[in-house]
Amino acid sequence: MHSIPGRRLIMALFLIFLLLPIYWLVNMSFKTNAEIVSTMTLWPHAPTLQHYKRIFTDESWYSGYINSLEYVVLNTIISISVALPAAYAFSRYRFLGDKHLFFWLLSNRMAPAAVYALPFFNLYSAIGLFDTPWAVALAHCIFNVPLAVWILEGFVSGVPREIDETAFLDGYSFPRFFIKILVPLIASGIGVAAFFCFMFSWVELLLARTLTSVSAKPIAAIMTRTVSAAGMDWGLLAAAGVLTIIPGALVIWFVRNYIASGFALGRV
Amino acid sequence: MDKTINQKAWFLVLPVFLVVAFSAVLPLMTVVNYSMQDTFGNNQFFWNGVGWFKELLDPSTDLGGRFLASLGRNLFFSLVILAIEVPLGIVVALSMPRQGWTVAACLVILALPLLIPWNVVGTIWQIFGRPDIGLLGYVLNAIGIDYNYVSNDIDAWVTVIVMDVWHWTSLVALLCYAGLKSIPEAYYQAAQIDGASRWAVFRAIQLPKMNRVLLIAVLLRFMDSFMIYTEPFVVTGGGPGNSTTFVSIELVKIALGQFDLGKAAALSLVYNLIILIVCWIFYTVMTNAGAERKPQEGAA
Repeated sequence: MHSIPGRRLIMALFLIFLLLPIYWLVNMSFKTNAEIVSTMTLWPHAPTLQHYKRIFTDESWYSGYINSLEYVVLNTIISISVALPAAYAFSRYRFLGDKHLFFWLLSNRMAPAAVYALPFFNLYSAIGLFDTPWAVALAHCIFNVPLAVWILEGFVSGVPREIDETAFLDGYSFPRFFIKILVPLIASGIGVAAFFCFMFSWVELLLARTLTSVSAKPIAAIMTRTVSAAGMDWGLLAAAGVLTIIPGALVIWFVRNYIASGFALGRV
Repeated sequence: MDKTINQKAWFLVLPVFLVVAFSAVLPLMTVVNYSMQDTFGNNQFFWNGVGWFKELLDPSTDLGGRFLASLGRNLFFSLVILAIEVPLGIVVALSMPRQGWTVAACLVILALPLLIPWNVVGTIWQIFGRPDIGLLGYVLNAIGIDYNYVSNDIDAWVTVIVMDVWHWTSLVALLCYAGLKSIPEAYYQAAQIDGASRWAVFRAIQLPKMNRVLLIAVLLRFMDSFMIYTEPFVVTGGGPGNSTTFVSIELVKIALGQFDLGKAAALSLVYNLIILIVCWIFYTVMTNAGAERKPQEGAA
């Protein structure tokens, strides 16, 4: 791949631009509130872990992380398991209304969450799922399921059809073929799809906040509590922010070799 | 690949259909229902026909004025960020290192902003831009630029735009990088033999190969910026005044703030319709691009 002159400089500047605000957040999370408000320091002069300690010992704080991870994982599992057979169908067969169905799915990926906030609130209250991880996990399906179908369809299409035919000739039943042969073949595709489901469910707040009140409240919503009568608790806010970046960073690290191939299908 | 016609494939699609129908069609029906009615609280509803829609599209009323103003702001915002993010994303993709551990390092750092929860993105920039405790605001004021995103319209706009560039340029860059990676080395060797200039290589080889991913990037960025909510809400709260109130912010204000169900529902439907039209154009262009590619591949 051929690059442009001065590419190192451009890349370095852009990465600094990306990292500087994040550094500032990390920097603040290790400062005492007195230091944050009184002086402008480029690194913590009196480093402290008090904010992190508070988050890890106060149940109302750390339960937010557990709640968030709970619905994100639930959502990823639901999305992938319903999307797999559909991706196979879209890739291999033509059936009545297939193109319309695909477009309809795609249009849901694009629908603004703000439109659904209120109806979802009514719907999940009516069926008694309000304030549970299930409500948020199901609500996030509206954009993650279409995305998963879209990504997986590309990977299934990459598997030669002869493999299906050979398996059926060998006497494999459809479910057995699916689990024993197809799923291992597109394992990296499932990884990529799971990555994107995780990502979009983890970063979404509007629906997650609307559908929970107390017991399933996501960490992102709990963060708004740092505003108190005594003013903003900036250090605590920064520490909570840093902790929300960590799961994402870990996930990226594990899939770093697949990121490019996931995007390469042009199916995001 | 020729696909066989098999109506039983519907059984495979059924789970997806049910899950998405449950979370898309049912709520949408509620919205349609509300959009035709008026409520005076107490769960009493009155038939209002197309009254809300008339009001919504008439700039002289309060609702219509607010909707059209936020729509205008939102379109302007989308165009500005597209004009910045797409060229910048291409440049960054072209600047990626060729091999070695730096590739993985760059990919990880590029992807990092994409996985930060949206309200935390807002929080990061809220802190970073503050004149008293944020590096950016402090430095700008120290070198003599009067910068305060809380009270100045233009500063608020600049902050929201820079934040979006920070947040999403990586997506464009990663898509373009994936497109560039798919170009065989032989193309470059041929160009070298022909003595093509850098610019000619870009125009004749790299840009055409990125066509498809760029299309996806432009439309994804347009859609997502058109329904942006969380980040500007956290940073500016839609202010100062209404200067950064985008359509989604206006909608949530009406729906969950004032509980004006009829107005909010009518706004939702028009909003959704705009998205649907753009999405349809996107889908048609995409499938046509795919159809055009096939004969070429056959010839090669």
